[in-house]
Amino acid sequence: MGGRDTTLVLLDENGIRCDGRKVDEPRRIMIKAGGLKNADGSAYIEFGDNKILVGVFGPRDVHPKHMSNTDTGILRVRYHMEPFSVTERKNPAPSRREIEISKVIKEALEPAVMLEKFPRTAVDVYIEVLQADGGTRCAALSAASVALADAGIPMRDMVAACAAGKAADTIILDVNNEEDQAGQADMPIGYMPSLEKITLLQLDGVLTPAEYKKCVETGIHGCKIVYELQKKALTDKYFGNGESK
Amino acid sequence: MTSTSVIDDLKKSQILELLEQGKRLDGRALDEPRKLVIEVNAIPKANGSARVRLGDSEVVCGVKIQPDRPFPDMGDKGIFICTAELLPLSHPSVETGPPGPDVIELARVVDRGIRESHMIDLSQLVIQKNKSVVGVFADNVVVDYDGNLFDACAYAATAALLSSKSPKWEMQNDVPTIVEGGESDVPITTIPVSVTMGKIGNHIIVDPNGDEWASMDARITITTDSNGNICALQKGGTGGFSFEEVIKCGELSVKVGSKIREKLKQAKEGA
Repeated sequence: MGGRDTTLVLLDENGIRCDGRKVDEPRRIMIKAGGLKNADGSAYIEFGDNKILVGVFGPRDVHPKHMSNTDTGILRVRYHMEPFSVTERKNPAPSRREIEISKVIKEALEPAVMLEKFPRTAVDVYIEVLQADGGTRCAALSAASVALADAGIPMRDMVAACAAGKAADTIILDVNNEEDQAGQADMPIGYMPSLEKITLLQLDGVLTPAEYKKCVETGIHGCKIVYELQKKALTDKYFGNGESK
Repeated sequence: MTSTSVIDDLKKSQILELLEQGKRLDGRALDEPRKLVIEVNAIPKANGSARVRLGDSEVVCGVKIQPDRPFPDMGDKGIFICTAELLPLSHPSVETGPPGPDVIELARVVDRGIRESHMIDLSQLVIQKNKSVVGVFADNVVVDYDGNLFDACAYAATAALLSSKSPKWEMQNDVPTIVEGGESDVPITTIPVSVTMGKIGNHIIVDPNGDEWASMDARITITTDSNGNICALQKGGTGGFSFEEVIKCGELSVKVGSKIREKLKQAKEGA
């Protein structure tokens, strides 16, 4: 997308964005660990108007058997959008976009999950986007990390994710749907804050080398905000007044 | 692309050992891409085409240009679509059937690099607003595999688009009709160049070949435009990058990309 003409004011003279946020302010984020009874681990995230549910199963037997690996466990991720999650009804069959996002989320989670401890098994992560509003892959990745932790699967770190981007010639944090459609660049970032490793990185839109650096820095800053909320979600469930499993 | 075999595991330790000494299996410098051979107009029946060999990875790209209905929300823009497919003759492990996630990612990353650079000025491809526009379809087929198809396909598509000649259409009785003698170049605004880098251990290498591809911990594909701006990026693989590495890769992509851009220009002029 990007660069499309619009009457929408993305950034007003006071530096306020179309949804009332400042340039370095993320949308409202709510993460809840647990919630699903049958899944081994689960999480629910509201990220602005995104509403995403994640369920994790495993480590469990691999079906089909030929997919199993004798050296390590395998991670399987399905990112799926409900037909009612977007303005125009979406065909429920997995699109090429969903297949690609499933793959990049899987590769973003793999460095975090200690799969080598569970050879011949699979960990399945099911991501269901109930409502989409720009930045679903980041919200989904953040929730998937919490769900994996909730399932008690050993991890090196949690992956936190947030997008940065460019709209009205300004680098902004957490690109919403309007800014994605009408803005100049969108860069989703997945980051392991304790290990300081970027595990998901994509970009579409044009950035100068200086803007590129600022954009990565801004995105990492957003990931650190999300990371605190991920930890809070787990603390609330296991050490707070949240339901005990 | 193509699964890892036992041989690849054995090669990985050798590749890593060499990298510790600053060397690569095929003698290249770490920031050196393989030899790039571009033959444009390889398929005369297409509106534009290119046969590109990057090391031993070979891709044929054909461009077809034809009238199409615009996307409902983009009535004032032409259509650009880029695809990529691995042919079964490209590698023993490739099977026929619908594309897997690797190939879907390949096609989408190649498409995104060209699209996001705004290489083609789509606003010039309108025959009648909201009714009929020109569609530009760049289809890549991989005929030989030796790693880094992202760049091989991107170069093939870019070279093919640069060499394309588009017919001219006018609406006559509500049907787009070709205007004789109206042929022209596709409106080009910039030349995007993708540069793919692999990470093996703590080493960043440009344009990984097949052996290196199978040994990589992670990869990053960055597309830059003629102004040296970064316009698309995709990280892949199971490893991660530090902030410094991501910035370094950005700088490498600009530097390596500018040399490849010259080759793409030469290929067009040589045609």
